[in-house]
Order: sequence, then structure tokens, then C-alpha cells
Amino acid sequence: MSFTSVVFYVLSAILIFSSFKVITAKNPVHAALYLVLAFVTSAGHWMLLESEFLAITLVLVYVGAVMVLFLFVLMMLDINIEKMREGFWRHFPLAGVIAAVMMGEMSLVLMRPEARLAEYTPRAALPADFSNIRELGLLLYTRYLYPFELASMVLLVAIVAAIALTMRKRKDTKFVNPGDQVAVRRNDRVRIVKMEAEKPAAAGDDAAAADQQQA
Amino acid sequence: MAFLQDILGADAAYVVWTLLKIIAIVAPMMIAVAYLTYAERKVIGYMQVRIGPNRVGPLGLLQPLADGIKLLMKEIILPTQSSKGLFLLAPVLSIMPALAAWAVVPFTDTLVLSNANASLLYIMAISSMGVYGIILAGWASNSKYSFLGALRSAAQIVSYELAMGFALVGVLMVSGNLNLVEIVRQQGTGIAGGSILSWNWLPLLPLFVVYLISGVAETNRAPFDVAEGESEIVAGFHVEYSGMAFAIFFLAEYANMILIAAMTSLLFLGGWLSPFPASFGALGQGGFVWMAAKMSLVLFCFLWFRATFPRYRYDQIMRLGWKVFIPVTLVWIVVLGAWMMSPLSLWK
Repeated sequence: MSFTSVVFYVLSAILIFSSFKVITAKNPVHAALYLVLAFVTSAGHWMLLESEFLAITLVLVYVGAVMVLFLFVLMMLDINIEKMREGFWRHFPLAGVIAAVMMGEMSLVLMRPEARLAEYTPRAALPADFSNIRELGLLLYTRYLYPFELASMVLLVAIVAAIALTMRKRKDTKFVNPGDQVAVRRNDRVRIVKMEAEKPAAAGDDAAAADQQQA
Repeated sequence: MAFLQDILGADAAYVVWTLLKIIAIVAPMMIAVAYLTYAERKVIGYMQVRIGPNRVGPLGLLQPLADGIKLLMKEIILPTQSSKGLFLLAPVLSIMPALAAWAVVPFTDTLVLSNANASLLYIMAISSMGVYGIILAGWASNSKYSFLGALRSAAQIVSYELAMGFALVGVLMVSGNLNLVEIVRQQGTGIAGGSILSWNWLPLLPLFVVYLISGVAETNRAPFDVAEGESEIVAGFHVEYSGMAFAIFFLAEYANMILIAAMTSLLFLGGWLSPFPASFGALGQGGFVWMAAKMSLVLFCFLWFRATFPRYRYDQIMRLGWKVFIPVTLVWIVVLGAWMMSPLSLWK
């Protein structure tokens, strides 16, 4: 067994284990962390396929940004784990049937000769200086330009919609205006009063001081 | 290398050789981290008209060692209500990206552990994982202060990563490459003839400033250190950590500072290139000395910021990230695109 296949099997084992734990972990934060592990190991798989751009982007986008926000929300939710798991055995038969059907379909795809998976022979190794970023960029901006632009438009619409949905104007929210804050000058806030450091003592005070000294 | 091949055989020798290279990077890094803490205390000391550490060893030079030994010998306390596994995993997750990113950082045009094609992307991906250490530390400690610190830190790092990413897009546009070695090489060419004026900091000045400030925010340094916020939330995410577990967070913070300094010098300050023209003889030659000098300059700025600026208020941090930096970088990317297509382009 070559070194890459050892790596492949180790990564796959971790991937299957972590995916399984995502759905079985009791604590939702642990489940999210197993999902992170699953992302990282599948990035490792892509690395084995010599598509390091996709691997790194997967880590950058999903592990570095999406899952952080996921965790952010999960940590703040007050989730009653017992209540969530109540219906598990009641729904298990239906869910099990669906899972079995899906497994059957997938194994059919993998095993039937009609799927013609056998035609996919292992690719020749790419030269060391092959840059799949360049290839990907060339394809995205020439052959797949319209689908790419369409996808980005859809994403843009989603971003705008997400912001629009959360923009609720509340009357009782107080905002500071940074422009006003920056424009504040010293004279608006502080008044400096010039006064003598010493006050000439009045005659009565003098007598009192003299009394104190005697005492 | 030849010696190792003789005694171990080709494959094992390659592995051992790479491991030796990793040690050759990590060991000086750790010493640099130790002395960065010393430099910080000295620099801030002098800025506040004090002397700083001066008792342990000559000029206080052994102070970092004494601190390290002290932290090593302290007990690591596990809070009873904490999530034990994650509590111990968090420091590991925070130091791992800080060290792993150095695999692709070039020190000169040949001195690099892995001259990968996508090295810039790799650094972005790896350093984006650093936030997990902080979030998990905050959550696993099961303490309100830690948790608040973790939430603040997560929101801040995710926000500033965007601005940082956009600043990098500008660099990618002018160099047309994701390889750090090539990015530095490209800065050595151009209309100004590879002098200090052709480095990226000048044509990409807004991006340079955004990158540097976002770097300060990414490393949770003052004035962006609301994740620690001693005055409000005690020590933020690492309030429950003691001994070496705490020291690991400390190490990670300083290692990240050095990493940001290295990245800033590579991407914007011409890396190992000399600021003098080649006709200056020895001074005009590029080399690790210049890289180290530039990194030290950036690190000094980090310390200087800490001694100068008061801590930002939290909403001000978010405003700066989302409403100032991201628009600035986006506008400059558009300007840059137009500039590169115009006859005035510096990057032909």
C-alpha cells in the first residue's frame, strides 16, 4: 500500500468517525466541532487529489468563517438536550428506512457497471509547478463566465435579503453618531477657568490661623 | 542531507531532514517570542520613563527565561465545571496555527521550508483557524468572563479577517501570484527599478495601512484587546487558565504578532529586498538581515501602539472594521483594477 493510500484511509476513517459524531454528539457545541474536524479531513482528501486551491478554500471559508459564526450562535443558545432527544426512538423506524434507501441507492451507483465508474482511471500525476488556481481562474472567467456571474448575483441577492430581513428599525434603540463624536472640540465639553493659585486671606481667617498656631 | 541519506536511506532521510528544518524554524521562533516579551516591557518602559525589567541577568536579559520557568512550574488548574477535553485542547488549537503558518514563510528567496504555490492562501486559511483556540477557551472554561471575551474575540476576528482578505486581494492583483517568494520578487521590479519606491506599500498605501491595523486587531493586541479587557472582563478568554496552559496562549499571541510582522514585510515592505539600489555594494544586497529589520520595525510599531492608544470601545471596533476598512479596501481594489488597465500602470 502506497503512502498516499495510507493517508487516504486514515483521513477517511477520521472523516466517517467525525461525521458520525456530528449527529450523535450530545452537546451541540461538540457536534459543531466534529463538523469542523470533518471539514478539515475532507480538505485533506482534496489535497490528496492535488486540488490544493479547493482544499485551502474549504478550510478558509467553512472552518475559518462559517463554523466560527455557527459556534458563536450555538454557544449562546440555551438548548435543552434531553427535550431534543425525546422523539429519537419514535422517529427511528422512518428515518432508518430512509437511510437504508439512500445507502442502497449510493451503493447501486458505485457498484453497477452502468454508472461507468471504471472508466475513471487514476490521473497521471501533475507536474510540481502546476497551478490549479490558474486553471480554475481561466475556466471560471472564460468557459463558465455566465454561470459564475449568475451564481454570484444569486449570492449578492441573498446577502442583501439577509441584511434587509435583520434591519428592524426600533424606536427605543439609541445610537451614537460617530461623525458628531469626532467633530466635538475641546471647548464644547470643557470650560477652562483661569484663577489665581492663591487667594489673599481675609482678615478674619488670619486671626483663626493665629489661634490654631497657639493651640 | 547526504550524510543522513547514507545512514537512513532516501525516504527516511527526507523526513528527518524536514523535521530538522522545522526545528530550525520553531526554536528561533520561540526564542524570538521570549525576547519579544522582553522587548515589549523594555520599550513600553522607556516610553513611560521607566527602566523596565533590569534585575534578572545583565540588563534584565534573563527575565523571559525566569518567567518561562516560573510558568512551567505552576500548577494547571482545571475548573470543576469546565469541559475538560476542550479546556486542554484550546491552547493547542491556538498555538498550532501560529506555528504551522511558518511552513511557507520565506526568509530569503531560497530559505523557505515549503515553497508552495498557494502559500498566501495557506497562511490565510491556517491563521483563520486561530480563533478556535480563543472561542473554545472561553466556552470550555464555563465562566461568564471567559465567555464574553470569547464572543468579543470571535466577532472581532471574523470582521477584521474580511478587511485583511481584501487587502491581500490588492496584493494578488499587482503581483498576479499567490506564491510569497514571487510576490516579493515582483516588488523588486517595476518602474521605480526595484527600489524602496516600487515596493507595494506605496502604490497600495491604503491597503497597507488597513492590513497593518487589521493585523493588530487579529492578534488581539491593544488598542483592540477587548477580548482580554482587564478593566471589564478581568482577562477575557484565558481568565481560568494558569501555568503553562496560560503561557501557551501568551506564546500564540506573540508568535502571531511575529507572523503578522513577517507577512507585512513580505507583502508590502519588499521582504528580504534591500531598500538601497544595487550599486551600494554590500548595503544594496538583499538578505535575511533586511527581512529581520523590517519585521522588527513592524513589531516595534505593535509595541508603540500598545503604549500609545487607549482601548477602543467595542462598537467603535466593529464600526472601524465594517464601515471604514472594508469600504476603503473595496474602493481601492476598484481603483487598482482601473489603474492596472490604464497606460499609467506600474505593473507591466
